[in-house]
Amino acid sequence: MRVADDPYALLGLKRDASAEVIKAAYRKLARKHHPDLNPGKPEAEVKFKAISTAHDLLSDPDKRARFDRGEIDGDGQEQRRPPPNGAYRRHAEAGGGTRYDPRRGEDPFDDLFAEMFEARARAEAAPRPGRDEPYRLDVRFIDAVLGTTQPMRLPDGRQLSVKIPPGITTGQVLRLRGQGAPGRNGGQAGDALISIEVMDHPLLKRDGRNLAMELPVSLREAVLGGPVEVPTPGGTLRVTLPPNSDSGRQIRLRGKGIAAHGSEPAGDLLLTLKLVLGEPDPGLEAWLRDNQPAAPDDPRAGMDLGA
Amino acid sequence: MITLELVLQRFRGLSPSEIQGWLGEGLLRAEPCADGPGFTEIDVERIGLILTLRDELDVGEAALPIILSLLDQLYAARRALTQSA
Repeated sequence: MRVADDPYALLGLKRDASAEVIKAAYRKLARKHHPDLNPGKPEAEVKFKAISTAHDLLSDPDKRARFDRGEIDGDGQEQRRPPPNGAYRRHAEAGGGTRYDPRRGEDPFDDLFAEMFEARARAEAAPRPGRDEPYRLDVRFIDAVLGTTQPMRLPDGRQLSVKIPPGITTGQVLRLRGQGAPGRNGGQAGDALISIEVMDHPLLKRDGRNLAMELPVSLREAVLGGPVEVPTPGGTLRVTLPPNSDSGRQIRLRGKGIAAHGSEPAGDLLLTLKLVLGEPDPGLEAWLRDNQPAAPDDPRAGMDLGA
Repeated sequence: MITLELVLQRFRGLSPSEIQGWLGEGLLRAEPCADGPGFTEIDVERIGLILTLRDELDVGEAALPIILSLLDQLYAARRALTQSA
């Protein structure tokens, strides 16, 4: 191990410190860092060795003079007597250390520790319930609408079937009893706490138990009305559009939102019509050109931006 | 067993009466053997510790038993913790 280059600095000494001052400084630091007095602190041993090396060098007038002249560095050259290395600590911490156990009936510390460890041993032996284990589960939007049973594989390889009720929302936590960590000494197993994350849907939006969706319609469907086929979470439905339906018109399909669950009734599916002209139609263009109304509607009448 | 002779060889300047004193105070342990006290390795290291405390760290006669007692309690607690862990 490399010792600090400057033994004076290590011991906190001036260059002209007397032998007594050096001895006192060393004792002060040694009391603090001696390994036998610092069980469980390996850094104390390193520090103590450095202090000992520095002291060995400075307490030897010959070596100190050579160091001062720059002839040797802080590590010195020769092997000095081996510094105390905390050998007692190694014995005391091993099983043989019981030889110096303070085993006296009247020793209050002894009783205190004995009680502490007995209580601990009793607690160890008592039935203890397993911990609840948290998990996360991504649920498809459609599955959150209709409800489903979703398989889920735990990190330990167990396969669970998670029942997803219709209408579940992000942040909801499902508790699967007995699927957490196993109990000890016959204690009950913990629960699996499954935190739900409902994924977004490209077309469907959700508001409580209602769903909203844009429904593209052609100009013909918008003007003439009539039946159109609408895909919904529960399957394709035939919906009759009223004639002359403007873009933006809303149509409510009762009971076609989030499925009913328990006391919760089913939600609605709210369609918002969106006019889609589609491919250019020369016939339509010609007709529109040739049939100018006498008094055309102004769709922008009443637009007031307040500017 | 390590004999008293070997201990005295290892720690130069240590006198048998000092060892006897520590044994009498209960600071040190030994086993009775045919030719005097017999020491184990931990006993020998404990002598080294006592000498370090007394000679290098300047711990006085009165403080020595207190420090050793506190150390023994500390090591006992650490061993108990290690075993229960």
